[in-house]
Formats: sequence, structure tokens, C-alpha cells
Amino acid sequence: MSSIFPWALFFALGCLTLAMVFALVRMIVGPRAEDRVLAFDCLYLNTMLVILTLGLIYRSSSYFEAALLIAIFGFVASSAMAKFLLRGEIIE
Amino acid sequence: MTPTPTWVDALTAVLAVVGAFTALIGSFGLLRMNTYFRRVHPPSLVATLATWSVILATVLQSSFVTARPYLHAVVIPVFIALSAPITTVLLTRAALFRARQRGATDVPPPPTSE
Repeated sequence: MSSIFPWALFFALGCLTLAMVFALVRMIVGPRAEDRVLAFDCLYLNTMLVILTLGLIYRSSSYFEAALLIAIFGFVASSAMAKFLLRGEIIE
Repeated sequence: MTPTPTWVDALTAVLAVVGAFTALIGSFGLLRMNTYFRRVHPPSLVATLATWSVILATVLQSSFVTARPYLHAVVIPVFIALSAPITTVLLTRAALFRARQRGATDVPPPPTSE
């Protein structure tokens, strides 16, 4: 079983990479700005999952901080872009 | 680094594959749906089931690798459960505002003040 374990995690990594490609295609072809911001929202969540899966592959617990930072900065970035689309400025 | 038992490896692999496949389904839905207000829904699958599965796999493996409970990784899905609805509501209100500015006819009209 422990010989299947790395291959299952590499399969998970491939699925997440394909998900990032889908979000990137939506970000490129997305007809309007809100579609691109939504694709960015999906893209940073997928990136965070990729980093957590890398932490599972290398059996290291220090990838957790990187994933937490990506979650926080992604939330700040996408909510600032949504606020900009809504009001035309970020800090009023 | 202590070697982990076989059942821990198996459960970690199952949780990681379930989470990654759910993220793939959510991102494919984002690519496939045809209007913006349909496209909002599939990425919430990434924010809930995929994140929880991968985090539970991380908690399980790290608890056995470091030989002590590794529960503080759960702050990531808790933070995402707090932050994803805020982003979604802001984005959807922005999209509705911009559709009304554009003069689109397939969105509800703004509420009239009585």
C-alpha cells in the first residue's frame, strides 16, 4: 500500500494542476471583469490545495504556513478587486 | 521522521484524491457554465469539500509524523469558510450593478424606493 501512496498523491497533484488550468482559461477568456476576478478566486484556492498536497508528498508540516498566507492574501486581493468593481475605489 | 502506519497512508491518500478530484469538478464547472450568475456556484465546491478533505489529510499525516496532535491546520478551512461568502457576495453585487449599468434585461430591476 505504501508504494501506491506517492502515486495517489501525484494523481491528486495532476487533478489540481488541471483545475488550475481550467481556472486560468476562464481568467483569459472570461468575457467581463467579474468573471476574471471569480477565476482568480478559484485559482488561489487551487494553488493553496497544491501547496498542501506538496506538504503531504514531502511529509513536511511547514507547508501549512505558506498555504495559510496564500489563503489570506488571496482573500484580500479578490475582495479588494470586487470592491473596486462595485464602487470604483477601494478605500472611501 | 517516524514511519506512518499503512492505514494512515491509505486514508491520507483517499482524502487527498477526493479533495483534488472535487477541486477539478468545481473548476470544470467554472469553465463550463454559460452565464456569470451560474458560474458563481461551482467554485464554492473548491472552498468547502476540497479544502476540508485536503486539510483533514494534512492533519492526519502530520499528527502521525510529528507524533502529537496537529489540529491547528484547521484554521485554514475555518478562515476560508468565513472569507469565501464575503468575496462571493461582493462579487455578485458588483456583477449585478455592472449588468444594470450596462442595461441588461436578464437581471432583476433595482428595488424601487417607496
